[in-house]
Amino acid sequence: METQELEKIASQVRRDIVRMVSAVSSGHPGGSLGCADFLTVLYFDKLKHDPANFKMDALNEDVFFLSNGHISPVWYSVLARSGYFPVSELATFRKLSSRLQGHPSTDHHLPGIRMASGSLGQGLSYALGAAETKKLNGDDSIVYSLHGDGELQEGQIWEAAIYGAAKKVDNVIATIDYNGRQIDGDLDDVMSLGNLSQKWQAFGWEVLEMDGHNIDEIKATIDKAKSMCGNGKPIVIVMKTEMGQGVDYMMGTHKWHGSAPNEEQLADALTQLEETLGDY
Amino acid sequence: MIETTEIEVLGKKDTRSGFGEGLLEIGKKNKDVVALCADLTGSLKMNAFENEFPERFFQVGIAEANMMSMAAGMTIGGKIPYTGTFANFSTGRVYDQIRQSIAYSNKNVKICASHAGLTLGEDGATHQILEDIGMMKMLPNMTVIVPADFNQTKQATIAIADLTGPVYLRFGRPSVPIFVKPDADFQIGKADVIMEGTDVTIIACGHLVWKSIEAARELAEKGISAEVINMHTIKPLDTEAVLRSVAKTKCVVTAEEHMINGGLGDSIAQVLTRNNPLPQEYVGVNDTFGESGTPAELMTKYGIDTRNVVQAALKVIERK
Repeated sequence: METQELEKIASQVRRDIVRMVSAVSSGHPGGSLGCADFLTVLYFDKLKHDPANFKMDALNEDVFFLSNGHISPVWYSVLARSGYFPVSELATFRKLSSRLQGHPSTDHHLPGIRMASGSLGQGLSYALGAAETKKLNGDDSIVYSLHGDGELQEGQIWEAAIYGAAKKVDNVIATIDYNGRQIDGDLDDVMSLGNLSQKWQAFGWEVLEMDGHNIDEIKATIDKAKSMCGNGKPIVIVMKTEMGQGVDYMMGTHKWHGSAPNEEQLADALTQLEETLGDY
Repeated sequence: MIETTEIEVLGKKDTRSGFGEGLLEIGKKNKDVVALCADLTGSLKMNAFENEFPERFFQVGIAEANMMSMAAGMTIGGKIPYTGTFANFSTGRVYDQIRQSIAYSNKNVKICASHAGLTLGEDGATHQILEDIGMMKMLPNMTVIVPADFNQTKQATIAIADLTGPVYLRFGRPSVPIFVKPDADFQIGKADVIMEGTDVTIIACGHLVWKSIEAARELAEKGISAEVINMHTIKPLDTEAVLRSVAKTKCVVTAEEHMINGGLGDSIAQVLTRNNPLPQEYVGVNDTFGESGTPAELMTKYGIDTRNVVQAALKVIERK
């Protein structure tokens, strides 16, 4: 898909995000906005999938797991906009009896979701498991996952990192949303990850780096990662992003990690984000 | 002395070996069965499966959290993962992983847990989990099975492959008498009435089933007719079997190698409270950790032996 088209979709996704969280005065806009470009490229240009016919088993389809489940708004928007469920359903986010739970859930049977997430650190293990099953099934599709950088403080991530390299799970592409911020403040103040790329390299992973707000770079990096699959090593993309990207007052701070804009703030945000596909 | 149902002892083996044999057999029958183990292949008796199906066996190292979430991921694409480690590391250590990725996500994972309870023995309380039945039965979507002997563990291991959904299968380390027939038809959620009686109902699971049989024989010598129910499935509970039996006996003893708080006994108490309030006595571990010792010594010291079942029966009959 043309870069300009993808940029238009990402702008609409950002509108969806701020409107969804503002409507219920809860949710996580910061990280959602930061991952809008990546997930738009992944779902609209790279993923081998069939949104109109969602199947849990994903045979001969690529699989995506959102490990940092709190950025559900961006995932729901991208899923709806790519055809998994009606866009109008975004209006039910975090409301009683909705399929769009605060954190992603399979319990409510929302097409596009294969595992609950929200309790952090588990998604890389999901990806490795699904990838091992693909190998057993002779299915050469790819398993993708997305993780927060703060989430990497969870020990389970590193259990999975050891497994992925030791067992040569080379059909997994994990991406880290490296925005350097978490709920309590800057990641380096809370608990620094040191040299993140070197950490993954030391754990035996192929490491790519990219700017998470440059659509062309995202496209090229995912293509490169795909071309590296099957070479005996799992792949991780360290993606530099800005929390709150696209809304000026949400950028440069951790304060919008888990806070929703009020009506006035929402109006301000919407003036900065072009409506390209029509609001839900 | 009164007549008791005759129960033939067919030998003596550990229940974990029943799991190992069952896993191999279901592995042969069902090509979707895969197994994961966290560095306890020998202890879990998973070597036969590993040797026969190396491509379907996943050694994950000492990393149980990764194992549980990986198992959940492996169901996507149709596999039926059996995870194997000690009961403590199968539950307490990984409760949140099980809760989110297996129970809440309703994945077809079979959590197979060995060395449960005090009879793990000399390793001591760090490894003797006595809370696992409670933790697992509280999770929505989870089926909880505690088979009584080698044959039943083998049968249960095979049967759970046909149940779509999460299962917790709990078994143990020591060698114990085998009394379930090798060709018995194991049905998940259907209790086995193994001795019929009229004075007291003894409902037990796991290693305490044999102790309850021994207790029923001792009670018979005192002229008391005890009904013994092997409640191998804690959840879903065979409520009808409980109510049918207590309609006759009017009192219950529950017996388990688990904390009294939150175990089989509490599940039975709930049935009685809601349907037919009758006296119940608990045989179980009373809010304390275990310690190092032989399985037999520990069962005696912590009050989950044959004599404890007998005493509880005599007491509960008095309360009728």
